[in-house]
Amino acid sequence: MIAQQAYLDDFDWTSWDPVFLAVKVVLVFTVLLVSVMFMVWFERKVVSDMQNRIGPNVAGPWGMLQTLADGIKLFFKEDLTPAGADRFVFKLAPYLSLIPAFLMFSIVPIAGDFSDGNDGSVELFGQTFVWQLVDPPMGILLFLAMSGLGIYGVMLAGWSSGSKYPLLGSVRASAQMVSYEAALGLSLAAVFLSSGSLSPNEIVRAQADGPFGIGGWNVFGLGFVPFVIFLIASTAELNRPPFDLVEAEQELVGGFHTEYSSLRFSLFFLAEFMNVVTMSAIMVTLFFGGPHGPVFTETLGWAWGLLWFVLKVLVFLFTFVWFRATLPRLRYDQLMDLGWKLLIPLALGWFLMLGALRVGQNEGWNPFAVIAIGLVVIAAGGALLAGAIRNARVGRTESDVLEYG
Amino acid sequence: MSLQVLVFLISALIVLSGALGVVLAKHPVHSALFLIQTLFGVAVLFLVVEAHFLAAIQVIVYAGAIVILFLFVIMLLGVDRSEDLSIEPIVGQRMIAYVSGAAILGLLLAVIYSVDDLTGGTSLTGAIDRTDADGERVPDVNQLAEVIFTDHVFTFEVTGLLLTVAVVGAVVMARRIGGDLQPIPESALDQGVLADILADGDESAEDGASIEGEDA
Repeated sequence: MIAQQAYLDDFDWTSWDPVFLAVKVVLVFTVLLVSVMFMVWFERKVVSDMQNRIGPNVAGPWGMLQTLADGIKLFFKEDLTPAGADRFVFKLAPYLSLIPAFLMFSIVPIAGDFSDGNDGSVELFGQTFVWQLVDPPMGILLFLAMSGLGIYGVMLAGWSSGSKYPLLGSVRASAQMVSYEAALGLSLAAVFLSSGSLSPNEIVRAQADGPFGIGGWNVFGLGFVPFVIFLIASTAELNRPPFDLVEAEQELVGGFHTEYSSLRFSLFFLAEFMNVVTMSAIMVTLFFGGPHGPVFTETLGWAWGLLWFVLKVLVFLFTFVWFRATLPRLRYDQLMDLGWKLLIPLALGWFLMLGALRVGQNEGWNPFAVIAIGLVVIAAGGALLAGAIRNARVGRTESDVLEYG
Repeated sequence: MSLQVLVFLISALIVLSGALGVVLAKHPVHSALFLIQTLFGVAVLFLVVEAHFLAAIQVIVYAGAIVILFLFVIMLLGVDRSEDLSIEPIVGQRMIAYVSGAAILGLLLAVIYSVDDLTGGTSLTGAIDRTDADGERVPDVNQLAEVIFTDHVFTFEVTGLLLTVAVVGAVVMARRIGGDLQPIPESALDQGVLADILADGDESAEDGASIEGEDA
């Protein structure tokens, strides 16, 4: 199988495999870049529709080439480096932001035939072909690792600018991203529990069989909660509204990229939108069965996979834009409260309940009783936590009176 | 030269240059960046010996969380400026560092050279992969899970408890119930970007106060 070589010594360097792999890398790279271009256009168009404006409409049909024009414009702008900047880190930061964004997409199965227990490979040009760049044994953990590294780009950009607002923006960003990574990881753990694997390919395969063609999807199987937590946490991880305190224009000018201009700014911009596309794709893979979906006619063959995948990703892209157009920005303490006091405990409690269900399956317990007891325990735990938080707040206001001046 | 050896050489070069950078860089933030480079190189080394899970965890935990916190502290405490490396804060520190560094190197070399005598085989760690009944390779995450949750489950749980105790302890120590809030010591305000921000905040507060005063 092409590009499914999980281990170094499985790779046959004397065959055509390296060439195919190189072609695939270039293909994924190009598709990602083009999708970012259209994502920017899509976001501007949808937001302007929701705000009763026209939006970009001059460059190309329906203004579709507006992003290209903006990109070319950014190329020819003057590239400024602030006097107080740490020059090397200042130049390094945009790439630290962009490269993880690219690498993250490599593990997503874009299409493939997952129906009737197939492993997602398709026959193409007489070769067995897998619509996924790599399928490493660590799988989704690569996504977590890369999203962890993506923080450095934002953090170092703010610090190396040698200026106040970018620094404040980047400190906010790193605190926010580290906080929400915990909730993200815990909701991922629920997916690993149900599929028994870290590999994206096997996660999609585990979701393929179920009632009505879509009944096996993790979003139903895990009871919606992990998906909702993942959606919220990923919005925070992407620094998108309503969690865009990192670049809150009213408070911080432009946030971490205030001092960036020209090509370097466009790299941040690119990374940001690429992360949106990648995050949507990851969400589809984890919770919505990836390229799997009901097949209505046999004539399209494996193209159904590609079609379903693109449609599902579009739904999430729209959701992110919808969030931006609808929800007001959170205050910083609200953001931290939501992450630490609600999402993380809930994700943990839900994960434990799913674990109990798993044990119950082996032991032959009544699943409804397990769910009922699990929900009661989660509610009791939540009440205890709420009580503790309230108690701490009362204690604090009585003893520590904040004195100004 | 096999692919493994090539990857090993490249990542060893990355690890070593990163490690040298950590100790030789004059600037704490640059040191932290070199540390990430080192950790990344080590993760690639893990990949070469097919410890995929360890490699991922190495990047997620160390590079993705711990060094972030280092940087956070460096930035917040305002020590983000170059240090004069000729000053020795603790007398004799440098000498002891040289000696212990050389001792660790000696120990490692001794282990490497005596590996045949110790194990009678080819490696210290045993085979790097295992196959199941069907002849398929067992991923290292499954092997690791098996060991942690069977033979070492008590150690694992106790370690988890220890970490929780540490977190609770840190919260208890950081929280002062009762008593007045202490002002930030003047010495901490004298340096760093944070100091500039605080200084600016003071100025604007004073401005605000004077305007209010005029109104009154």
